[in-house]
Amino acid sequence: MSRTVVVTGLGAISPIGSSADQMWQNALQGVSGVKALTDEWVAEYDLPVYIAGRISHPVSESEFITRVEAKRLDPSGQYAVHSARQAWKDAGFSGEDAEDSEELDPERVGVSYATGIGGVWTLLDSWDTLRERGPRRVMPMTVPMLMPNGSAAAIALNHKARAAAQTVVSACASGTESIHIGLELIRSGKADVVITGGTEASIHPLPLAAFARMQALSTRNDEPERASRPYDLDRDGFVMGEGAAALVLESEEHAKARGARIYAELAGTGVSSDAFHITAPDNEGEGAARSLREAMESGDFAARDVVHVNAHATSTPVGDIPEATALRRAFGDATDDIAVSATKSMTGHLLGAAGAIESVMTVLAVHDHKAPATINLENKDPKIDLDVVTEARDLPSGQIVAVSNSFGFGGHNAVAAFRSVS
Amino acid sequence: MADQNEILAGLAEIVNEETGVETADVQLEKSFTEDLDIDSISMMTIVVNAEEKFGVTIPDEEVKNLKTVGDAVSFIENAS
Repeated sequence: MSRTVVVTGLGAISPIGSSADQMWQNALQGVSGVKALTDEWVAEYDLPVYIAGRISHPVSESEFITRVEAKRLDPSGQYAVHSARQAWKDAGFSGEDAEDSEELDPERVGVSYATGIGGVWTLLDSWDTLRERGPRRVMPMTVPMLMPNGSAAAIALNHKARAAAQTVVSACASGTESIHIGLELIRSGKADVVITGGTEASIHPLPLAAFARMQALSTRNDEPERASRPYDLDRDGFVMGEGAAALVLESEEHAKARGARIYAELAGTGVSSDAFHITAPDNEGEGAARSLREAMESGDFAARDVVHVNAHATSTPVGDIPEATALRRAFGDATDDIAVSATKSMTGHLLGAAGAIESVMTVLAVHDHKAPATINLENKDPKIDLDVVTEARDLPSGQIVAVSNSFGFGGHNAVAAFRSVS
Repeated sequence: MADQNEILAGLAEIVNEETGVETADVQLEKSFTEDLDIDSISMMTIVVNAEEKFGVTIPDEEVKNLKTVGDAVSFIENAS
């Protein structure tokens, strides 16, 4: 018997708000979080791209993380811990951690928290320190700060989560795949509660230069807010974003026993691998379609039940079309009735955090029965045969299903499907 | 040359910056690990910051002998 899994807590720190609710309100209103970068390294390295979606509120001004904690965490870890503490608080557990919450057994509380790149700031800063000041000045915390599992471990330590602390690394699919693993941990009976999500803090000159060399980034530097334009004919690449999001997953039985507020059911998930090309998606979208079909089977829903998709849609010329093809392959004619939103138009692309950020939005979409905006869609690419939501709109009443897609470099496909609860 | 009180005050600032322990709690008889709950990783950072601040060298093999704040203050006083 598969155990029903629900979402009971949300947290987010993003380019369009430093809480799940603030981010969601801005996503409904079509607010852009993309700005020109003013760091001195932009001029120093003469970077070809100097726009990005920075977090809207610095963590140094946050109640969720202390100065001393911040010293021992990479920015990606700071965002991760921040988002998890928000989600924990939002879930309404009685204590600060699983040990001092009488309704929780620490050995049945897990963490599945992802990143795309990990502690890249720490790695590169430490390399500079080594070269300029020698090995004794390299921070003793360098390794735990740069390791990709550092965020999952920090969250587990914070909340005394002892069932498991896992990190999936699958580029831009990471955040969604972490939710998939969280679902499995609960369905298998190993955990009652899992903190899932993803983080990314890689707005650093090296990743910017590297993505730019791949021709993956928009160079619309003079119009930052208009640069991320999924599905538009004039899209010219994605815009890097940073931030983190967390979702507390819980078995329905456990959530109901403690009287928790339930946002939505995590109906099902699907994952697959293209094995087609190291960076390009399969043109036919078959890998992505398989992950969508698997999510339908996992979640026991039909194409006709799906009313909304938060698309991966990064705004690259080559990436947006195969996803549209995949949706049609998986959902057939029912695709015509699906309201598709591309929220990266507002947040930029948060890489390993993208799936977590977008899953938070998809949970709130089924909870509030609203689809968020897609901004900058002025001339829709005729190859995109989808009903794209340009201004936030109401979704049908009654029980609905919405899907969040994430696809990563390496051919990783991950889908999370959420169902409304009455 | 710094006297004992100046070294203690400077060390307390370094400890506070790294660990958040109040400067007033950094007293000569306090043990770094037992009383101030400072782990070996933080201790390594405190040591290099103290070297820089006081212009001394504290060899890595010496760090394990610096059990109390007083041990560290004496070492720095004698080395400077």
